[in-house]
Amino acid sequence: MSAEQQERAVRCLVAKVGLDGHDRGAHVIARAFRDAGFEVVYSGLHRAPDDIVQAAVQEDVDVLGISILSGAHNTLVPKVIEGLKEYDAFDDTLILVGGIIPDEDEADLKELGVAEVFGPGTPMEETIEFIRNNVPERA
Amino acid sequence: MAGSDAPAFADAPTLSDADAALVEDLLSGSHRALARVITKIENRTPGYRAIVSALHEHTGGADVIGVTGSPGAGKSTLVDKLAATYRDRGDTVGVIAVDPSSPYTGGAVLGDRIRMGSNVGDMDVFFRSMSARGQLGGLSTATADAVKALDAFGKDVVVLETVGAGQNEVDVVRTADTVAVLVQPGSGDDVQTLKAGILEIGDVFVVNKADMDGAQRTVAELEEMVHRREGGTTGRGAGHHGAASMASTGAGGSAAGHGDGHHGGDHADGSGHGESDGHADDSDESWTPEVLETVANSGEGVEALIETFDAHAAYLRESGEIETTERRRYAEEIRTLVRADVGALATAEIERRGGIDRLAERVRDRETDPYAVAEAIVGPIADCVDEVADGDRDE
Repeated sequence: MSAEQQERAVRCLVAKVGLDGHDRGAHVIARAFRDAGFEVVYSGLHRAPDDIVQAAVQEDVDVLGISILSGAHNTLVPKVIEGLKEYDAFDDTLILVGGIIPDEDEADLKELGVAEVFGPGTPMEETIEFIRNNVPERA
Repeated sequence: MAGSDAPAFADAPTLSDADAALVEDLLSGSHRALARVITKIENRTPGYRAIVSALHEHTGGADVIGVTGSPGAGKSTLVDKLAATYRDRGDTVGVIAVDPSSPYTGGAVLGDRIRMGSNVGDMDVFFRSMSARGQLGGLSTATADAVKALDAFGKDVVVLETVGAGQNEVDVVRTADTVAVLVQPGSGDDVQTLKAGILEIGDVFVVNKADMDGAQRTVAELEEMVHRREGGTTGRGAGHHGAASMASTGAGGSAAGHGDGHHGGDHADGSGHGESDGHADDSDESWTPEVLETVANSGEGVEALIETFDAHAAYLRESGEIETTERRRYAEEIRTLVRADVGALATAEIERRGGIDRLAERVRDRETDPYAVAEAIVGPIADCVDEVADGDRDE
């Protein structure tokens, strides 16, 4: 007998990978996500791709938002995606990248499995709306 | 107790094939499966009960440590260092860190993970953040179930970390075998106002940031408080635990004494020795909470703290206290579940009768009254229970 209702919350990991130390944006995003009713785990600064994978797997997040302002996205993002695949966590994690990403790189990242890239000036509502519409359904 | 008149239990909830595979994966060491099981527990995804049921027989191997204390006391940093120290000696570690969620949006920023700097990249530390969602059956049920998942997975130690703010949180740490309460130095008034419930659940009191001014005073105040709590029946630091409690003040001694004398040296006040010596008696002592000092940032005192956790675990086993504790804990779990389930039945019944707002409006209009409404809702449930009970007797 379990008449109790489910309590599903969207879980997000806001991740800073690599050497850039600018996390104002990540903080603002984390807060906006919280206010949208999401549960947000923030990775802290200067994480290695493996650390991000560890956090994403253990926290079982629906959404992984990677903030990169250093320009190293072409090396870092593929490593994160590889790691997620290794733990069988790639398929049902919505991967977003935020930061300054050139258009040609954006296409490559999406090819790899990044769902969307949000550049500077993206309205917060747009990102939140995107997550609401695309968060993976889980069994 | 389980005499012939005890009603037979229905079978455990049935596992779906997918969930059975998930349990199988968890037991064979898949991190992904473990993470997913905890998510199901958190979300109360249909079927999660069968999963927890299936895991239960695989539990009981882990030492469960609860860590609580006011915000800013350094819980997360200490838990990080604890995990690293456990890892150094070869133990695998699970951590459940509970953070409050907004009562308005349900959202939360789960920030404890940032402090886990010593263990990033080490998959043998499984760290999971949980938010205190407005859960019906109580947060403690969800965290206790998550602990079971980590235990069944094979973790040697599971640490439950929570802000010691309200009854909810107190209930959470109560599901641990050993509870450490963190206190900040210089919080004299804090110590005075430590919630009674929190003081009573502490097996170990930790004055963290012990390098700050006022640490000694806080230690003294806590010891005084622990002493008072013991009601003077056993002297301060009585029994063989007294020796361990001296570890932080450099006195050395039994179980926990060695290896840490160096750090306590500068704090040593030596007071209390005489009293504790007089009562040295190793048999049938009840546990006297210990007061330790740590500096979580540098890791100072963490080893001594772990030794004290071990000493407490050994005490629980040797005194047989563990059986009492477990029985009490499971009793509480059963009660909580039953209350939640019956509550859910009642909620469904309220919905069927047009919802709580409509019922409240009818009461406001003096059409009926709260007692009559409650009776109308619970009555049929009570009748069902009576019927089943009668049926059992007739058989």
